Amino acid sequence: MTPATGSGAAPRPFLGGGSRSRAHRVQAAAFGVLGLGTMLIVGPVLWFFGYVIVHGASQINWTFLTQPPNAIDASGGIFPAIIGTLYLMVGTVLIAMPLGIAGAIYLTEYAGHSPIVRLIRLAIVNLAGVPSIVHGLFGLGFFVLFVGGSIDAFILHSNRPVWGQPCILWGCCTLAVVILPIIITSTEEALLAVPASFREASLGLGATKWHTIRSVVLPAALPGVLTGAILGVGRAAGETAPVMITCAASFMPTLPRGLNDQAMLLPYHLYFVVTQVPNPSLGLQSGIALVLIGLVVSINASGIYMRMRARRARKW
Amino acid sequence: MATPKRSLRERAVEGVVFSGGMASIVLVALIFLFVLKEALPLLKDYPLSRFLTDRGWQPTLAPPEGPWFGLLPNVWGSFLVTAGAVVLSVPLALSTAVFTSEVAPSWLRDMLKPLVELLALVPSVAIGFVGAVAINPLVKDLFGLDTGKSAIAGSIMLAFMAAPTIATIAEDAINAVPRSFRDGSLALGATRWQGISGIVLPAAKPGILAAVMLGVGRAVGETMVVIMVTGNAGVLPDKGIWYAFTHSVRTITGTIGAEALEVANGEPHYRALFMLGVVLFTITFVLNAIAHYSLGKGDRRAQA
Repeated sequence: MTPATGSGAAPRPFLGGGSRSRAHRVQAAAFGVLGLGTMLIVGPVLWFFGYVIVHGASQINWTFLTQPPNAIDASGGIFPAIIGTLYLMVGTVLIAMPLGIAGAIYLTEYAGHSPIVRLIRLAIVNLAGVPSIVHGLFGLGFFVLFVGGSIDAFILHSNRPVWGQPCILWGCCTLAVVILPIIITSTEEALLAVPASFREASLGLGATKWHTIRSVVLPAALPGVLTGAILGVGRAAGETAPVMITCAASFMPTLPRGLNDQAMLLPYHLYFVVTQVPNPSLGLQSGIALVLIGLVVSINASGIYMRMRARRARKW
Repeated sequence: MATPKRSLRERAVEGVVFSGGMASIVLVALIFLFVLKEALPLLKDYPLSRFLTDRGWQPTLAPPEGPWFGLLPNVWGSFLVTAGAVVLSVPLALSTAVFTSEVAPSWLRDMLKPLVELLALVPSVAIGFVGAVAINPLVKDLFGLDTGKSAIAGSIMLAFMAAPTIATIAEDAINAVPRSFRDGSLALGATRWQGISGIVLPAAKPGILAAVMLGVGRAVGETMVVIMVTGNAGVLPDKGIWYAFTHSVRTITGTIGAEALEVANGEPHYRALFMLGVVLFTITFVLNAIAHYSLGKGDRRAQA
């Protein structure tokens, strides 16, 4: 026997040990393959962000962010698309939040374990899985043509489409359906994290159920609820397919004047420039992509940061 | 007294939140029914048997030669692009999931995980843009094609897009396997890899299946990437699978996305696009149901 050394007494190292059994050689090979597979994902991810940043960064300046695009080659700026996207983000969250919060309150505070809850959960999962282009078709068929068309025909008695056309309002409604599952799920998580003792204490003091929810549960869950709203907004800002047939204008140098106006949107503007504008410069395309990615990533990052802070600041 | 008034308000609130809860059910039903309602009148002009079996999609071809609203080329294109994406992304995404959760030291995991999750946030139109300006020319040069707009370019970009979804959900499933499973296997003298391949992965199987299903669902339903890189024109395969991969295809989502802007309300072409929407909704509904079911099974097993 060789004298026991420090390393001999220690557990056998996983990679790069001295004498290794067959099982350990198999393990080294398997871990090598897994590492290689990981690099084949991570490498392209790094290349992707590098590509967009390298080609797009030089494009971004004050003019690009504050001027409308040129009608001929879309050069110039993307100001109306940025503003349109901001309008849509605000409108979408204003519609989706009340609906989503009400739904989450029902699921956590009222529903219990009835069979209807399982059906609602199945519906949420499926709503989250509906392809975005189907959301777009639904928005076109339901909001634009059915609801909007009915308003025009029966209320305004107008032959010219006023509401029965793609516009900001219907884009917001369509996107609100897209982000509803995100809002419900995050709000539910936030409400479930509020300890039952909070509710019991409030009910024990004679408060009603709604009074308890309004003044004890919701304030305690507020950071989590806002996180959900922020993540939803981040999703809404980047979606293209649902809005391209319900809201987006391909070229519109002026800002929208009302809810029944179309709007330029960052994601659709990128699609339009890449596919419809003849010979757009790589810098222009990458610049739009970089602004879009930057917007979406920073919204999400602030949401995630807020969630982390809320979890840490929890006093219970 | 205040009591009756208060209970009235309580009941009103309960009604409001109940409607909020029902909204999801109503919306899913409304989406399906409304898309179906807009689609069904197509069958008056174009019988279901022709929609299901016609081999061409030529919506603007004037009578008497056309128009053609055949489902098959669309389904074929979606199938081809998705199958290619699955072949490319599933092994890599599962490798990433196992590597980050089981193999990588914690400092490396803390670098890899946010990077993969960052990609999941990128809007698909931005991924389509890079596909159109960088991957299409690459595919064109690599395989010596006339144009890079091809099914294989679509598969590559969809694989890139679906990989974070698959990796993140699969990793959650692997992390949910109790630590005692690994410890038990190690204590019996197995290597870590024997523990992973023999114990951890089989235990995480329902979750991994769900991850793959959700990834496939994301790939089938993705619109912007395929519109921008696959060319949106295609016929059924007559010249072999490789020819099909290296040429333009028409997917269900690409057809809807590219043509929905041009159609007039109520004409057969408009109806046909909604009919494609019904098919797409049904496909993703089934995939999601499988994922939901296998996740539920996984949860129950982890509790046992």
